[in-house]
Amino acid sequence: MSIPAIGFDDVSVAYGRHRAVHGVSGAFAPGSLTAIIGANGAGKSTLLKALMGEIAPARGRIDRGGLHIRDFGYLPQISAIDRQFPLSVADTIMLGAWRQTGAFGAVSAQAARRAKDALAGVGLDGFANRPIGSLSLGQFQRTLFARLMVQDADIIVLDEPFAAIDARTACDLIKIIRRWHGDGRTVIAVLHDFDQVRAYFPNALLLAGRMIDWGATDQVLSRENLKAARNPVENRSGSTAVHGS
Amino acid sequence: MTLHSLCVAPFADYGFMRRALVASVALGVGGGPVGVLLVLRRMSLVSEAMSHAVLPGAAIGFLLAGSLSLAAMGLGALVAGLIVTFLSGLITRTTSLKEDASFTSFYLSAMALGVLIVSLGGSNLDLLHVLFGTILAIDAQAVCIVAAIASLTLIVLALVYRPFITECFDPLFLRVVGGRGSLYHFIFLLLLVLNLVAGFQTLGTLMAVGMMMLPACIAKLWTERLAVMFLIAAVSAAVSGFIGLLVSYHLGFASGPTIILTASVIYAISLLVAPSGALGRLFRRRHFSNARTEV
Repeated sequence: MSIPAIGFDDVSVAYGRHRAVHGVSGAFAPGSLTAIIGANGAGKSTLLKALMGEIAPARGRIDRGGLHIRDFGYLPQISAIDRQFPLSVADTIMLGAWRQTGAFGAVSAQAARRAKDALAGVGLDGFANRPIGSLSLGQFQRTLFARLMVQDADIIVLDEPFAAIDARTACDLIKIIRRWHGDGRTVIAVLHDFDQVRAYFPNALLLAGRMIDWGATDQVLSRENLKAARNPVENRSGSTAVHGS
Repeated sequence: MTLHSLCVAPFADYGFMRRALVASVALGVGGGPVGVLLVLRRMSLVSEAMSHAVLPGAAIGFLLAGSLSLAAMGLGALVAGLIVTFLSGLITRTTSLKEDASFTSFYLSAMALGVLIVSLGGSNLDLLHVLFGTILAIDAQAVCIVAAIASLTLIVLALVYRPFITECFDPLFLRVVGGRGSLYHFIFLLLLVLNLVAGFQTLGTLMAVGMMMLPACIAKLWTERLAVMFLIAAVSAAVSGFIGLLVSYHLGFASGPTIILTASVIYAISLLVAPSGALGRLFRRRHFSNARTEV
């Protein structure tokens, strides 16, 4: 099955009466690599939560191209996961095989082999039996990336994958993201570092409580757009022009 | 006094001691692992609240049966537990109150109602029995019920292990992959209520949760591996039951509180000497700072 585009049609997301982000229209093209960027509170993670079905849009529509949420690979912010939980690295990675095993099924030899390969792929060879509580933040993020590799999803959504991790780990994880992109998967990542976005992400979606621009990274990160993203008064009122790709 | 007369004779000579031992071991085997999951879910206080919230149901069962019937009290408590679970879930979803707050408000009201029901229909002695249990008066039927609940708990844990663990560790992931988190949460609360019911006659409504939480905390201090944690919790609960019964027999102490206090002593020792206890952490810090100095 080919990967569908993920479309947003005038999507607004709110927490109760507080509108977190509005006026988002456009599409993540099949096989695209897109960074969602903006300042703190710009609505990046909120938009991802709407995409992952955790929050229903207050207005507009998200078209997942007939895919179910379980077809997505999702990496939440690292703070959303209990890092002291008494699980081994291998057990954590094996959760990625849920689509094959379900809640009760046995782990197949093929899934076990995939988990072993994923462990090696993220540079954690020899860590299989280590409790996750003993890992550094970077090692834990590598473990979650390995879980995503085992999940083998066509659409991968990453919420701040490089937050608070060391530069070397970030560099290794970017290589994995680019490999996914090379495989033809759609990758969507919330990021803070504009230099990283310019260097590695061909597409970008700039948010500031509303959609500022969505398209090729060079175009989106123009001086005018960045200035518009810094203007809080304008961003809190009304809708905005739409530049979907 | 020989070792035989100290440790074996009380159980060899008296049927009520044997029944009490089997009941407390079964209680530990079922309740220990449930306690571990409660600790890992940070639901320790919710379990305490739940143990009080089911009191009106247990009290009504007690009055209808006219005695400390585990079957009648258990059924009443189960119904009360399900109602409380449903209502607090409803309040959490429809208001700004979190689950711990809604459970707490229920437990305070339910506790008052339960004590009122027992005191209206029974004597002060009955009230004491409901609140603190009478493990030495446990009959064969009650032992069978406790054992059945322990067996059911282990079977359900084995079957639903993966969703339970995933729901504790990363609930968002479970939702994304299509696991029904709320269903597993409900099954877990059901197991909690069943194990509280099992603890009613042995330890009473006030201390039933002690046989889950103390062994779970002991286990958490000794290991970082989940399977071993389950095992340590079950074994330490069973050992607390064994030692607690012996101490209560020889010294003439009330058996329920003695069992819980035995678990408390094991917990206190673990706090000091376990790998994640105070001395263990201190030693590790020293070890690492020495290693850093050498580097």
